[in-house]
Amino acid sequence: MTIPAPPMTAAERRAEETRVHRIAFIVMTVVLLVAPAVVYPVFMMKVMCFALFACAFNLLLGFGGLLSFGHAMFLGSAGYASAHAAKVWGLTPELAILFGTLCAGLLSIGAGLLAIRRLGIYFAMITLALAQMVYFFSLQAPFTGGEDGIQAVPRGHLFGLVDLNQPLAMYGLVLIVFLGGFALVYRIVHSPFGQVLKAIRENESRATSLGYDTERYKLLAFVLSGTLAGLAGATKSIVFQLASLTDVHWSMSGEVVLMTLLGGMGTIFGPVVGAAVIITMQNYLAQLGAWVTVVQGVIFVVCVLAFRRGIVGELGAWLKKSL
Amino acid sequence: MTEIFGVPTQALFGQLLIGLINGSFYALLSLGLAVIFGLLNIINFTHGAQYMLGAFVAYLLLNKLGIGYWWSLLIVPLIVGASGVVIERLMLSKLYKLDHLYGLLLTFGLALIIQGIFRNEYGSSGQPYQIPEELQGGQNLGFMFLPNYRAWIIVASLVVCLSTWFVIERTRLGAYLRAATENPQLVQAFGINVPRMITLTYGFGVALAALAGVMAAPVYQVSPQMGADLIIVVFAVVVVGGMGSILGAILTGFGLGLIEGLTKVFYPEASSTVIFIIMAIVLLIRPAGLFGTQK
Repeated sequence: MTIPAPPMTAAERRAEETRVHRIAFIVMTVVLLVAPAVVYPVFMMKVMCFALFACAFNLLLGFGGLLSFGHAMFLGSAGYASAHAAKVWGLTPELAILFGTLCAGLLSIGAGLLAIRRLGIYFAMITLALAQMVYFFSLQAPFTGGEDGIQAVPRGHLFGLVDLNQPLAMYGLVLIVFLGGFALVYRIVHSPFGQVLKAIRENESRATSLGYDTERYKLLAFVLSGTLAGLAGATKSIVFQLASLTDVHWSMSGEVVLMTLLGGMGTIFGPVVGAAVIITMQNYLAQLGAWVTVVQGVIFVVCVLAFRRGIVGELGAWLKKSL
Repeated sequence: MTEIFGVPTQALFGQLLIGLINGSFYALLSLGLAVIFGLLNIINFTHGAQYMLGAFVAYLLLNKLGIGYWWSLLIVPLIVGASGVVIERLMLSKLYKLDHLYGLLLTFGLALIIQGIFRNEYGSSGQPYQIPEELQGGQNLGFMFLPNYRAWIIVASLVVCLSTWFVIERTRLGAYLRAATENPQLVQAFGINVPRMITLTYGFGVALAALAGVMAAPVYQVSPQMGADLIIVVFAVVVVGGMGSILGAILTGFGLGLIEGLTKVFYPEASSTVIFIIMAIVLLIRPAGLFGTQK
């Protein structure tokens, strides 16, 4: 005869969850460390940049419940800023990335102050419109290079010491940036701030009645998300030595939504998985041209109609663990 | 040549006319979005693709079947509207109980599919569509030359917009519609088939987009991308106007078109961003939009 295990207390459940996350995090780190031996490193770096982008986006959508349809503006503008800093001002890569991230942070304060004035569907439309404004600005501004973008951005020497033209050095930097950004998102989500954010997502008027200034929490979430998206964009422009209009276009904003939706909204590891799947798909289907757009559209429709928890969400439900 | 503020009147009125034309399309499209949003609570991201679809179906009818512009004006909205009904029945209707954002994501995916298919078939370049014979040529008004077709667009779009307003605000059918927007359960309890009304409303909104597409075909070229960027501007128009009022959507559409035209004359660099800048200002001063009420 077996004795049924007593139900877990909240503290035990939290400890169990942390343990699962720790294991998953270690597995992910090991995979990323081994990957360059098996897969083309530039491909992996692209995946990590987009994974960080998607994690930043998920912080806002998955935990704050705010659907931004203009996150490309942070990715793209940070890319332009860091490319400009590295190429024209000759800053070292870490300073260029920092500068790009700061620019995206400032932009997200401005955009956030406007966008959080409306909720739900309006929020999505406003962010989309603001991003389109940034797109037209990037198309016309003198320092962005218009249709050509900023090309041949020097990778430079990290802290003036490590030559980033060596693929493994560059890989190491991207890995550190990605893991750092990921850990930060994890920390934010599991902080008291993250708890309040989730409370606002579930029931905003109730959170207000408990005395929380919900506008400030939403703005902070928006700024954190935009800044981290900027970190991804700034790193990406150093890796690919290019900042271009593709990164500010609305289709990029759509792509990050797709990555998060496919991987699993509101899960910790979902955006990473989603980004990996979408980037791999783009890589293999590149020769199909516009069919890539069609395939992405189909994934959107299927996810929304039948697969709303996403890959990691389904996996978590199957394992009865929150991933 | 006469000048106003250092700008030749010819150029000024020319740009104002273009502004009115663009405004006609903003008004038609934001009207469709507002009608759909009112009852379905969904922002129809496919709207731009359906507008493009309207132009393409008209183009195909002309080149494959020899059906001209005037018949297209009638047939195309019916065809594309019917496709909208199918979309609503098969997909959107499954999402009403969920967060409204899923509707947005679904329609975004559909827009990608439709635009991708047409881009595969026709590339990114535009296909020409002839102005119908009856509307070729133009009038010399003394201060400017007015092409007949452009005058027709403005008049036709005004007529369509105002009749839609009339139907919704002044008829029994419109009263049902407005009641269902307020409280669908109660209206259903009175024995009105609300789900069917929702389906037809979506079909009607889509048909409006398709009609705008047919009207746009001779002015802009028929291209797979024609709706993609336009729809973002229309979203900004909707935010500025607020979606609460039909007349507000129409007025904002025409007004912003005119302002855009004026910007092209006086400060061309800002002409592509001016609507977004106005949106930002309106959000600061009146977050609910010029004609909206904050829920």
